[in-house]
Amino acid sequence: MNNKKLERWSPLILLVVTLLIWEGLCRAFSVSEFIFPSPSRIAQQTVEYSGVIAAHAWRTYWVTMAGFGIAIVVGVLLGFVIGSSRLAYAAVYPLMTAFNALPKAAFVPILVVWFGIGIGPAILTAFLISFFPITVNIATGLATLEPELEDVLRVLGAKRWDVLVKVGLPRSMPYFFGSLKVAITLAFVGTTVSEMTAANEGIGYLLISAGSAMQMGLAFSGLVVVGVMAMAMYELFSYIEKNTTAWAHRGSQNT
Amino acid sequence: MTAAADNFVDFQNVWLAYNDELLAQNHFAVEDINLQVKQGEFIAIVGPSGCGKSTFMKLTTGLRRPTKGSIHVGGQMVDGPLKISGMAFQAPSLLPWRTTLDNVLLPLEIVEPYRSQFKEKRAEYEARAIDLLRSVGLGGYERQFPWQLSGGMQQRASICRALIHEPKMLLLDEPFGALDAFTREELWCTLRDLWTERRFNVILVTHDLRESVFLADTVYVMSKSPGRFVVRREIDLPRPRDLEITYTPAFTDIVHELRSHIGAIRKT
Repeated sequence: MNNKKLERWSPLILLVVTLLIWEGLCRAFSVSEFIFPSPSRIAQQTVEYSGVIAAHAWRTYWVTMAGFGIAIVVGVLLGFVIGSSRLAYAAVYPLMTAFNALPKAAFVPILVVWFGIGIGPAILTAFLISFFPITVNIATGLATLEPELEDVLRVLGAKRWDVLVKVGLPRSMPYFFGSLKVAITLAFVGTTVSEMTAANEGIGYLLISAGSAMQMGLAFSGLVVVGVMAMAMYELFSYIEKNTTAWAHRGSQNT
Repeated sequence: MTAAADNFVDFQNVWLAYNDELLAQNHFAVEDINLQVKQGEFIAIVGPSGCGKSTFMKLTTGLRRPTKGSIHVGGQMVDGPLKISGMAFQAPSLLPWRTTLDNVLLPLEIVEPYRSQFKEKRAEYEARAIDLLRSVGLGGYERQFPWQLSGGMQQRASICRALIHEPKMLLLDEPFGALDAFTREELWCTLRDLWTERRFNVILVTHDLRESVFLADTVYVMSKSPGRFVVRREIDLPRPRDLEITYTPAFTDIVHELRSHIGAIRKT
């Protein structure tokens, strides 16, 4: 096997090796499945409860995407404002950093008071946790324009708006797609955390109820499902990024 | 004082301090600039780095306003960006997400009257851009992205971008500074041919004396802090000039003479 192939398959190999060791340890020490279920037990339970898991997973998925959708809209608009005006940058940035430092799980009880148990808190938690990286990246992309490029256009009588639309926005697209990859994984975290306390559906709810029923295999299945969904979305955005902003990855094309 | 009719660019006692603080300290980036450039004249400004050459460019294009004095270009008082000039810098600064052709077309998407007709006349403008690219030896590269071109080719495209809207004045800020010696000489000839054909005004800022003497009608030597013009030298070498001319004694004498002025500045 040559190096390139090995590199491509390495995540899978690592996963298989980890699972084998895990399985081996569970069997060798006959660990109780109520404490730490073996991969085979988790797989078995996943199949057994596949209908239930799929329903909860679908709920978590669309709630996450709704929150993420709001995060994209708000994140891009806010990033645009902050990145295109020095005053807005100075005013908003410190406050936003402070806001971002707050644990989003702490908002869930408040959101429950406002919106009740259900999709409201989950969507909003997903949104709150994932808009920040999008905003920061758009703002950075706009604020780091080369001054020479700006001069070339300003000499022609270009307005600020022209410079932003013709240069700033396209230039910040790689930053934007890069941030989506980070934001989508965060959005899943937000939804799951919120569902654990403020919903009767979704993977977060499944985790809690499986845990309290000592169904450890099922709880682990829930974790695996969230992980798989987040990874799939990450890969999707990674693919979109490569295919829409190829110019930003030109270094890798030459090799 | 009004601009004389035959002067395309007219600087009258122009001073510039970048901000009020520097003004209070009597610290000017450029001092007492007087300059008269005829229609279609090719001038070069040489001097050590940091002498205010780029400041001079910003004044000419209206990106900066003078603290004292007045500037007229094309009979118009300069008090904001002029739309009649094109600019190119040492870095080609092409947009990597646009093809070479789309990069060259960019000014037409911004400057009137092209801007409002851009959609209808796109085919016509493209043909024009392709012609221009061909004239600088970039025929067949229109659909390539800038990062697929060599440094010299990128700089050619950058000059095309500066010329596509047929500006009356071309401003070049050390455009060939980052290129190797052979490519640089090739581009001198490209620029010479474009200018010979179209006769726009050129203001070339450079620190390459051979470049300035080969290309320009008049060379101005600028001193370092304060930035002032210390020497004005008309280059009376016959046109059209061929690269061979750079090896003649007449040429090297002028280069030597200019060099001695710069040396003299350095000492003081």
